[in-house]
Amino acid sequence: MSQLITIEDRIASLGVDLASREAGPKPTRSLRARRVPLTAPEVQFAALAEAAPGADFDAAVAEAGFAEGLRPTALDIFQINLGKLCNMTCRHCHVDSGPDRVVENMDRETVDACIAAIERSGAHTVDLTGGAPELNPHFRSLVDACVEMGKHVIDRCNLTILLVPKMRDLPGWFAERGVEVVCSLPHYRARNTDAQRGEGTYEKSIRALTRLNEAGYGQGDPKRVLTLMSNPAGAFLAGDQSKLEAEWKAKLERHHGVTFDRLLCLNNMPMSRFLEWLLDSGNLEGYMQRLLGAFNPGAIGGLMCRNTLSVGWDGRMYDCDFNQQLEMAFTDGDRPLHVADFDLERWQARRILTERHCFGCTAGAGSSCGGATA
Amino acid sequence: MDTYYKPEHLPNFGTIAEGAPELAEKFFAWYGAVFEEGALSTREKSLIALAVAHAVQCPYCIDAYAKDALEKGADLEQMTEAVHVASAIRGGASLVHGVQMLEHVHKLGM
Repeated sequence: MSQLITIEDRIASLGVDLASREAGPKPTRSLRARRVPLTAPEVQFAALAEAAPGADFDAAVAEAGFAEGLRPTALDIFQINLGKLCNMTCRHCHVDSGPDRVVENMDRETVDACIAAIERSGAHTVDLTGGAPELNPHFRSLVDACVEMGKHVIDRCNLTILLVPKMRDLPGWFAERGVEVVCSLPHYRARNTDAQRGEGTYEKSIRALTRLNEAGYGQGDPKRVLTLMSNPAGAFLAGDQSKLEAEWKAKLERHHGVTFDRLLCLNNMPMSRFLEWLLDSGNLEGYMQRLLGAFNPGAIGGLMCRNTLSVGWDGRMYDCDFNQQLEMAFTDGDRPLHVADFDLERWQARRILTERHCFGCTAGAGSSCGGATA
Repeated sequence: MDTYYKPEHLPNFGTIAEGAPELAEKFFAWYGAVFEEGALSTREKSLIALAVAHAVQCPYCIDAYAKDALEKGADLEQMTEAVHVASAIRGGASLVHGVQMLEHVHKLGM
């Protein structure tokens, strides 16, 4: 029956007004809702060019010993951005998600094209992101199809969505299917979490983590992996995930009785709403200098654009979720390719597109959806 | 020079090598080794550095270690507590000398 459910039906059935504070903290509104020029990728590229005119990512990669530039390796991860709809409006969101983004969400036909492409791709992992991917009406049938194909499925979860009435069964539902839940939590203490994601996020996140624990997550079971993902709440680089993990585990268990399996630390990309904040706070130039100064050649080998395919809500394909938001599409000449056209050989032969934001992934310990890359 | 402290002196710290390159090389190597993970974690060292930066009132160090402590995973409350530790030691160091004062007063007074 999922074919018949529209995004409007879905929103109406949630049991809470998605735009309300009750549904999720909202420290800002989307750039799109505010109709600011920064919505356009060209304006974002221009801002970075002005802040760091000398920055040349391809030259830096070549100088680091990758004479041919970034080349694809094996396709391990099939990442799908199911849409920009979200119950939150985090200040650093690179997708510019929010409750107002009701148009940009994947339809049934495109979900089916993804399922067919996943089969052809040979990827071992299907990584679902958004927005809040769980809000897509086809989310559950997509997860089921991937689990049936024997794929490792990752849900990138903002945690607060698990408290929305219609979603409260998700921890148990995920557990039955062995879905890895990768949750956003900037810090194991409240201050930085609420600063980035909105007042009240921390408290809701802890409640959601407790429910995941109750469903068997975060206790070392490989079928119930609970991963936490931390982005810095400001213009500084991500910490060392291997050093921070033990401390996070000890503190979350001591303060809240919450356990989890692993910690990923990611840098914020200078784009979309984080870029707006960098500009407004006068931090852009300093942040770009920090990224350039921390360029780490050792982080290049593991960059996600080399082993990941990123599919957007409309079926277009990209090197990563960041390039997706900047509309840097995987094309055949000038024609953007659709996931229905997916072909592994063509994916492997493609040129990975880069811009100045890419320095975010090579700074410090490196940064990808799978955490540090160095 | 229109001001004694200039922010660009921090990234240019390395130019101090001009007058004595070998000493600078030794200093920076030692400095780097001090902050490596050891019996103390890099985060504990960063918080100590932040506290000492306040005790010695070095704006360069405050700039550097405010950022560094954040990147090592500390947050504002932890960093503020570290600064209070430095301040308490500074304040206490003054106050404990009051006992000398007290002894003098007792000795001199009737």
